[in-house]
Amino acid sequence: MNTFTTDIQLAYVLAAACFVVGLHLMNSPATARRGNQVSTAGMIIAMIATLVLLIHQGTVTAAGWTVLIVGALLGSAVGLWSARTVQMTAMPQLVSMFNAVGGGAAALVAVNDYIEMESARSGVLGTTTVFTLLDVLIGSVTFTGSIIAAGKLQGLITGSPVMIKGGRAINLALIVVALGSAAFMLTTASLPALLIVVLASLAFGVLMVLPIGGADMPVVISLLNAFTGTAVAMAGFVINNWALIVAGALVGASGGILTKLMADAMNRSLGNIMLGGFGTGDAVVAAAVSGDAQIRSIAADDAAIQLAYASKVIIVPGYGLAAAQAQHGVAELAALLESRGIEVSYAIHPVAGRMPGHMNVLLAEANVPYPQLKEMEEINPEFSRADVALVIGANDVTNPAARRPGTAISGMPILDVDQAKSIIVVKRSMGHGYAGIDNELYTNPKTSMYFADAKKAVAEMTAAVKTLVG
Amino acid sequence: MSTALVTDLTIFVLALLVGIEVIGKVPATLHTPLMSAANSIHGIVLVGALLIGVTAHTVVGYILAFVAAFFAAANVVGGYVVTGRMLKMFRRKAPVQAAERGVPVQAGSEHRS
Repeated sequence: MNTFTTDIQLAYVLAAACFVVGLHLMNSPATARRGNQVSTAGMIIAMIATLVLLIHQGTVTAAGWTVLIVGALLGSAVGLWSARTVQMTAMPQLVSMFNAVGGGAAALVAVNDYIEMESARSGVLGTTTVFTLLDVLIGSVTFTGSIIAAGKLQGLITGSPVMIKGGRAINLALIVVALGSAAFMLTTASLPALLIVVLASLAFGVLMVLPIGGADMPVVISLLNAFTGTAVAMAGFVINNWALIVAGALVGASGGILTKLMADAMNRSLGNIMLGGFGTGDAVVAAAVSGDAQIRSIAADDAAIQLAYASKVIIVPGYGLAAAQAQHGVAELAALLESRGIEVSYAIHPVAGRMPGHMNVLLAEANVPYPQLKEMEEINPEFSRADVALVIGANDVTNPAARRPGTAISGMPILDVDQAKSIIVVKRSMGHGYAGIDNELYTNPKTSMYFADAKKAVAEMTAAVKTLVG
Repeated sequence: MSTALVTDLTIFVLALLVGIEVIGKVPATLHTPLMSAANSIHGIVLVGALLIGVTAHTVVGYILAFVAAFFAAANVVGGYVVTGRMLKMFRRKAPVQAAERGVPVQAGSEHRS
């Protein structure tokens, strides 16, 4: 190792240190923003070091520079544009697309390396091949799997589980084909075999995510995030680059832990999620509520009276709130109630919204002070003291059916909304949540249903409260 | 097994352990930004994409370099910008509570009237 390459490696170590410190600073809302800046600085250091290395090597052709620069600039423009314009509600899809391109790029790095090695007929066998294969496998699965996941959340592909006839058999066949060619490549250098691995993995990625229900997509995206990290680390082994190994391993490990935290919050095991979504088993039958159960509906004025004369109101926001862009309206209603001395807090279910913490982001966007946002364990004992629980666009996370065995959501921790003295549910229709089952909360005698779009409903209630209290 | 490989594996395993350790105590509030932050860090693959350029001298090589650079750049730039955008919102709200920012989210109950 000469002095020059040592300096480059040192720059990579510095970058890696920045990533670790940056992630660590993400532990608290107070320092999170600085964490992102530190991490960005690390990335810039790594990029500059790489550019210096490229220039120093001097083997990059004019055409090479052109494709790299044009490619990187176009990619940056697309990334920048989507990051600037994305709605906060569509955040999980965007993260998923970034996983797709990250995983895809990692796979391409290994494919390119293999082509080079193969044409040079040197060193193509042995340990490098193992890492090449792992990179290509994981990267390709992540690429198509993430695109399907994003498509499901965006509504381009149905959110309900897609069961292909004989899907398990096809999956198994794909695994056999991919691993078979991979095993072949350990003894014989073969570019066609690598292409077979790529194609089989791409197809497997599609079939892996299609049967998973939309409600589980956040966990899947988090898992694919960890996959991408791992693929990048494998790419690091292939091209012998520490920066890729460290950053990839960091993301792989932290993404894995985050995935586990999310799955735990839904009380589901990862295996359970990956092997099939909600409502695919016999669970649906057991979850039926008698069809003629009474449902009370309520108008803005009555809702306003309940709210205005309560002493404690708990707001339960869900994805419906985000989808209707009602977060600002809710914040206004809450501020109005608070000005009357009413205690207002928000009950945040760990998987409310589309990702853990997604609801916090959306309410933060509406300038809701975060001390008002209570996590599930903290808020559940308070429901029995609440006069009104205002459920806005949340469904499955409030369904008391989860407490009984034998339903699609059994065992999932829920918010104890039914403990409140009265319950107002704002919802567009009696439609089902992602779990595809009836919500027993809606037929509770204490519950009134307010059928409207969340934004409209909140505006009407705010206006009614204002009229009422002058 | 070569020395280089042993070194790489050592770094890999240690980085895995650091990754597990460093985010162990993240509050649920920050899960989404954290996922986004981790997402931008794997944009480091842009380094790998650029290094393809060192050896690229065939049409296939150029195409691979182009697509990889495009993908990786979208990942890294988009990832950091969107994470920054999210965290900016966390910071901007409730400016009166600037002094409280150091405390965890759950500890804010005394704020209620």
